[in-house]
Amino acid sequence: MPSNSTLERDTVSTQAPGHAQPQSSDAELRTLEAGLDHLQSETSRRRRDWTRALLPIAAVVVLVLAWQLYVSLGLKRRDLVPGPFDVLASLAELWAEGKVQESVWTSLQRGLLGFAVSVVVATPLGLLLGQVRTLRRAFGPLISGLQVLPSVAWVPAAIIWFGLTDATVYFVVLMGAIPSIVNGLVSGIDQVPPQYRSVAKVLGASRAELALQVILPASLPGYVAGLKQGWAFSWRSLMAAEIIAVGGTMGFGLGSLLDQGRTLSDMGVVMSAILIILFVGILIELAVFGPIERRLLARRGLLSGSTG
Amino acid sequence: MTVLLENLGKRFGAGAPVLEGVSASIAQGEFVALLGASGCGKSTLLNIIAGLERPTSGALEVPADGAAFMFQDAALYPWLTARGNIELALKLRGVGKAERRARATELLDLVHLGEAGDKRPHELSGGMRQRVALARALSQDRQVLLMDEPFAALDAITRDLLHEELTRIWRETGRTIIFVTHNVREAIRLGQRVLLLSSRPGRVVAEWAVPEETKNDAAAVAALTGDVTARLREEIARHAK
Repeated sequence: MPSNSTLERDTVSTQAPGHAQPQSSDAELRTLEAGLDHLQSETSRRRRDWTRALLPIAAVVVLVLAWQLYVSLGLKRRDLVPGPFDVLASLAELWAEGKVQESVWTSLQRGLLGFAVSVVVATPLGLLLGQVRTLRRAFGPLISGLQVLPSVAWVPAAIIWFGLTDATVYFVVLMGAIPSIVNGLVSGIDQVPPQYRSVAKVLGASRAELALQVILPASLPGYVAGLKQGWAFSWRSLMAAEIIAVGGTMGFGLGSLLDQGRTLSDMGVVMSAILIILFVGILIELAVFGPIERRLLARRGLLSGSTG
Repeated sequence: MTVLLENLGKRFGAGAPVLEGVSASIAQGEFVALLGASGCGKSTLLNIIAGLERPTSGALEVPADGAAFMFQDAALYPWLTARGNIELALKLRGVGKAERRARATELLDLVHLGEAGDKRPHELSGGMRQRVALARALSQDRQVLLMDEPFAALDAITRDLLHEELTRIWRETGRTIIFVTHNVREAIRLGQRVLLLSSRPGRVVAEWAVPEETKNDAAAVAALTGDVTARLREEIARHAK
């Protein structure tokens, strides 16, 4: 429209008092909108919440106290059910021997490398399955099924194929992690609101742009949930593989430590190994996945009102 | 003529036609309100004009570059800021990085959201989200802007302001706007022309011109609103049998 129509409107609005709609100048409209925007926007800020750190610590303290209480009742032999201090002592001994450091380093290295390879393999696979109907129909049930299969089941096969080498461990880790990452990504893609696709289409996105610029970021919460589960599966599969496949050219991991404790019937070592495995798992969850997930959800306004 | 529809028809599969014999011509720079009850196939019609769907019969003429589209739901991407949403639209159009930034600032200012560019959609009110969506639609730089009940979900105060805002932006940018609504007052307030669509199948059954003098005359607006409402009700009553 030519700009003189604006002038026309202004003259009309000053001359005709009985006009139908309120006509405001640009500045007035701007002020009105700013006021309304201010009234309608949320201004609440999340403040630092110490209960997030204190409550879990309190929960652990309570559990350890209950454990100590049970042990001091003397209902079971001490070498079968060691108390927290016995376990701490054997943990210190293992640390002094350098076994803790060695096994944690070996396992963590394997776990992280296996997980990284799984992510690289599973991400394009998940995107393809989420975007191409034929592939989804063909392979979807199979990949969901693989998630049900415990990855320990692959250990015997892996030992036969690869012998007692690191390849066995990595194979089992990949078989455990890939299906859950793929499934997480696919379900994330399934939950992408259809309008996001229509908008992208209207904005002229190509198929590749749609996948990378819209679908992938939109499905990120599901993807991260899948990654988290994929890590848990990697770590578990790794432990299973390390417990079963001992010897050969394989390094000394946490699973091997656990198996050694069992062979020596040393409950202190067994408990120490279990606690370290648990501790590493929790550490990765708290230090890596927790913050990423919370940040991701909070930025999208999805966290308010949840217990997270 | 910017948009020309000739005897347009659309049916899905073997079902009853959704649109039948829709004819209309919309001039460059015109603001046309499409009014209709539910089931008038208005969304299908917009999709056809936007090139997202093909008509099963008839012919249409639209600008070669297609049309920009604004939905009832702002449908902003929640992982991007207001500015990021606009910049993504520019990026998908192939605009270079430096220019994207400048254009996004301009567009945010056009919809009076210069300050809110770095906020995320969930931090914005419904009206602000729709303004970002409008800026995103304008970023496509297409002559025709299709709007599918964009203000239907907003409260009355916000809607009222956005009507003024849209009129102002239409004047400033000279776009051709096709605006679908269920609301008679909204159609009369915004449109230079109001087209009434019948329901099942959708077809243009009546047309009113709303000159600027009418818009500024409360009595004339009231009379026209009465007329259009009566005709719309007649159309709805037809389906009672």
